[in-house]
Amino acid sequence: MKIRDWRSVAFTGATGLATFCIVAMVVVILGNIVWDGAAQMSLRFIFGGTSEGMFDAQKAGVFPMIFGTVALVVLMTIGVVPVGVITAVYLTEYARHESLITRVIRGAINNLAGVPSIVFGLFGLGFFVQFVGGGIDKVFFGGQLHYAKPALIWAAATMAVLTLPVVIVATEEALRAVPHGFREGSLALGATKLETIWKVVLPQALPGILTGAILAVGRGAGEVAPIMFTGAAYYLAHLPKGPTDQFMHLGYHVFVLSTQSPDIERTKPILYGTVLVLLLLTFLLNLTAVLVRAGIRAKLRAANG
Amino acid sequence: MTEKQPVETRRGDAGVAPASLSRTDLGAAIIRKRSRPGEWLAERGIFAVSLSSIVMIFLIFAFVGREALPVILGQTSNARTQKPLTPDEATKLPADKLAKYIGVSVSELKGYDAETLKTLVELKAEELAQVSNTDSRINTTSWQKMFQPHRWLGYDKPEYIWQPTSEIPKYNCIPLFIGSLKATLVALLFSVPLGVAAAIYVSQLASPKVREIVKPTIELLSGIPSVVLGFFALIVLATILQTIFHYSSRLNALVGGIALGLAVIPVIFTIAEDALTSVPKSYSQAALALGAAPWQVAWQVVLPAALPGVFAACILGFGRAMGETMIVLMASGNASIVSASILDSCRTITATIAAELAEVVFGGAHYRILFLLGTLLFAVTFVTNLVGEMIVHRLKARLEGA
Amino acid sequence: MKLFVTTILIAAAVAAQAQNVTVKGSDTMVILGQKWAETYMKEHSGTTVQVTGGGSGTGIAALLNGSTDICNASRPMKPSETADFVKKFKVRPHEYKMCLDGLSVYVSKDNSIEKLSFSQLEAIFTGKITNWKAVGGPDLAISLYGRENSSGTYEFFKEHVLNKKDFAASTKTMPGTAAVIQGVAQDKGGIGYGGIAYAEGVKAIKVSKTDDGEAIEPKEATVLNGTYPISRYLFCFVSPVKDNGAVAAYIGWCLSDEGQAVVKNVGYFPLPKNMR
Repeated sequence: MKIRDWRSVAFTGATGLATFCIVAMVVVILGNIVWDGAAQMSLRFIFGGTSEGMFDAQKAGVFPMIFGTVALVVLMTIGVVPVGVITAVYLTEYARHESLITRVIRGAINNLAGVPSIVFGLFGLGFFVQFVGGGIDKVFFGGQLHYAKPALIWAAATMAVLTLPVVIVATEEALRAVPHGFREGSLALGATKLETIWKVVLPQALPGILTGAILAVGRGAGEVAPIMFTGAAYYLAHLPKGPTDQFMHLGYHVFVLSTQSPDIERTKPILYGTVLVLLLLTFLLNLTAVLVRAGIRAKLRAANG
Repeated sequence: MTEKQPVETRRGDAGVAPASLSRTDLGAAIIRKRSRPGEWLAERGIFAVSLSSIVMIFLIFAFVGREALPVILGQTSNARTQKPLTPDEATKLPADKLAKYIGVSVSELKGYDAETLKTLVELKAEELAQVSNTDSRINTTSWQKMFQPHRWLGYDKPEYIWQPTSEIPKYNCIPLFIGSLKATLVALLFSVPLGVAAAIYVSQLASPKVREIVKPTIELLSGIPSVVLGFFALIVLATILQTIFHYSSRLNALVGGIALGLAVIPVIFTIAEDALTSVPKSYSQAALALGAAPWQVAWQVVLPAALPGVFAACILGFGRAMGETMIVLMASGNASIVSASILDSCRTITATIAAELAEVVFGGAHYRILFLLGTLLFAVTFVTNLVGEMIVHRLKARLEGA
Repeated sequence: MKLFVTTILIAAAVAAQAQNVTVKGSDTMVILGQKWAETYMKEHSGTTVQVTGGGSGTGIAALLNGSTDICNASRPMKPSETADFVKKFKVRPHEYKMCLDGLSVYVSKDNSIEKLSFSQLEAIFTGKITNWKAVGGPDLAISLYGRENSSGTYEFFKEHVLNKKDFAASTKTMPGTAAVIQGVAQDKGGIGYGGIAYAEGVKAIKVSKTDDGEAIEPKEATVLNGTYPISRYLFCFVSPVKDNGAVAAYIGWCLSDEGQAVVKNVGYFPLPKNMR
């Protein structure tokens, strides 16, 4: 019995220690960033631009990057949400559970979620910028260069493909949480299946769909590799004026500041400040999504018994 | 059946039928509505849109692969076998040979005046004069040169060399494969024990209170953008590790791998924890009833039952680590060395694509080889995802059956 | 009514005069290009100058397909690139030398080495010499730091110091000069290269062109009088068809005393008067 106790303590201790290590690392990373980044936070930093030099801790701001990141995710959301929601509707409302096509679609979604982000970058360059953009230029502009170059719209399109699985999975979960009684009641009252989905199921699932969109935005705001070749700019003096302009991006700016800065010690405050802004942006989005989702799960449990 | 219905029955708000309808009318209305062509079309539309994921996977493969195709088929050649010509010699050449020499079509050639032609011939001679050793006759984009060692001029022995902007561009991919595997291996050595142990603890041994702290923390970790982890590794972690281990080169596979591990932990933890929790309660209750201690139940009953899931977690973690870009680009040192030591720098496939693609000539050999690397990467992660998902699927089916 | 028409005409005339100049290319030159643009626009309100980076290669590609007026480059155009340009426009692009940039060789502050010759640097960076002892330093393994192979700095160093030989495979390639300096500063056996203006926390050593030649310290005076051996020009390329009006005026201003004063503020060196 004694030996057993010893082993029990060791086993529980070892696994507990591993858990503690992970939590501690997260705390250290976030603590380090918040501690050093908070010092740089000011209204001037957040609303300031880069026109006075982007490597000067006293003058540089991150507004162009915040603007670019927001513009990117807004365009991305417009692209990804309709497609993602419709796919989820098909999977939950129409598809037969174990048919071949359903399984292939699910496999494709899982695989899409696992494609490395740099491959999305290559894809965006090869497909959106060169094939689609080049095609538009050839057809409408007689070969003049308007669309076949890195631009906000192509980066957003690439990001939309990357975040498609996120939206689908979250929406599916939300649709499942709508009790069957709602659908049956609606059908019994004479609504068609499509009307039921449009007027009963989707409104009920709206918070969940929003969660999906928010999660996608959180993911889209943080990814850098896919936009490096499809639209992000190293430095711009002006905000992008239209979807065919390049843009500055918070994540890409973190990369630029931590590798290209002329004097790493002097620019460290801007770097930490930018990282903190990026983290706050993604975390606030993720936190909202987590809270909304927790509510949906509770509802799902209630609905199922 | 197909006759048009009165407007008021077609537009029932939220399915509320107008009160004027009798029960039999309602039934008929439902049947009529179900066969409306508009609805049928919309359903087809929904189905079509839902295929988008499949289409996207196909497009990714097609368009990344398309750019790499000439290299895969061995159609590219950068061997320079021409002899430089003087302008006088060039003007005596027949048009088709001259066009081939300066790299234009015959019709384009006819559009040039004498002055332009002379400039082009001079430039070609200048280009050819830059390289004049035997290596310039080698087509360095062939499969053999990309995967087998070669003894280049100025080197003592056959070597695997990735030097794509050299005078003689050398595109051997082996150092990059080694780099990717090295970083991934370190990442897995770091994240698998931690992730799996934490999953066991959280799912089997921890109190609900601990669980409520740990799970959101790990979601938090998975929400940190990889560029931030890369930044942390580059600025903070590299310094810490160097002070502890006293190695010479600041950025190496160890730093990159550990930072990569931080990105992989959430993947491994989530899947392993999911697999462990899906082991039916009856297993552990039976074991507890037989007098086993909780740790024995976790170690000898639940873990073996969920082992395929834990294995799948490792496979998916491997896929994630292979595909991660920003962390290794910033923290692994990016030297394309063939070396087994984790204290040497390493250059991964992903970092190579990210660092080099911006400046290559579009459509050139270097560009195509970077796309080839992308295709290989895509294929590797595709297979790991497929295998991982399959294992999880089967395990769940089995456990739910039991 | 008359006034109205006149106003419109004047407005139209002003609009027609508002010129747009786009500049694209080398990341090394983005900050310089931006400072030039700002100062220029303050004085010439009729012209808008837009500067973006992306790399010398990107800029040259943009020049070729007409999406930029001016291409910044930290290296000369390659013959094959010039040939592509000639094939399309039937003339060579105009090349302007804009300013001078010196490259320093950095070592750790703890390293006792003071100077190196080109042949020693070549042997070190190609991996022939692997210990500092061989060049008169401490008994310590050499650890190499360099730039990504897409950077103009990489190509320049390779062409002028390494005689076009390959860098040793063990060279750790950093995405920016800052990372090179950070690496060398914390690596006792480290050696790296980068812009002169950057050398903080590391030691910039003296360099001699030949083994028995005088080793020259990298600083403004030695770069300007041409004695420091590792210096390079930074270029602008312009398509001859566009080299007039606002573009020509802008380049002309950059090469003037006023433009060259900006160069100094950013950490590069102005062109000697006889070269402008």
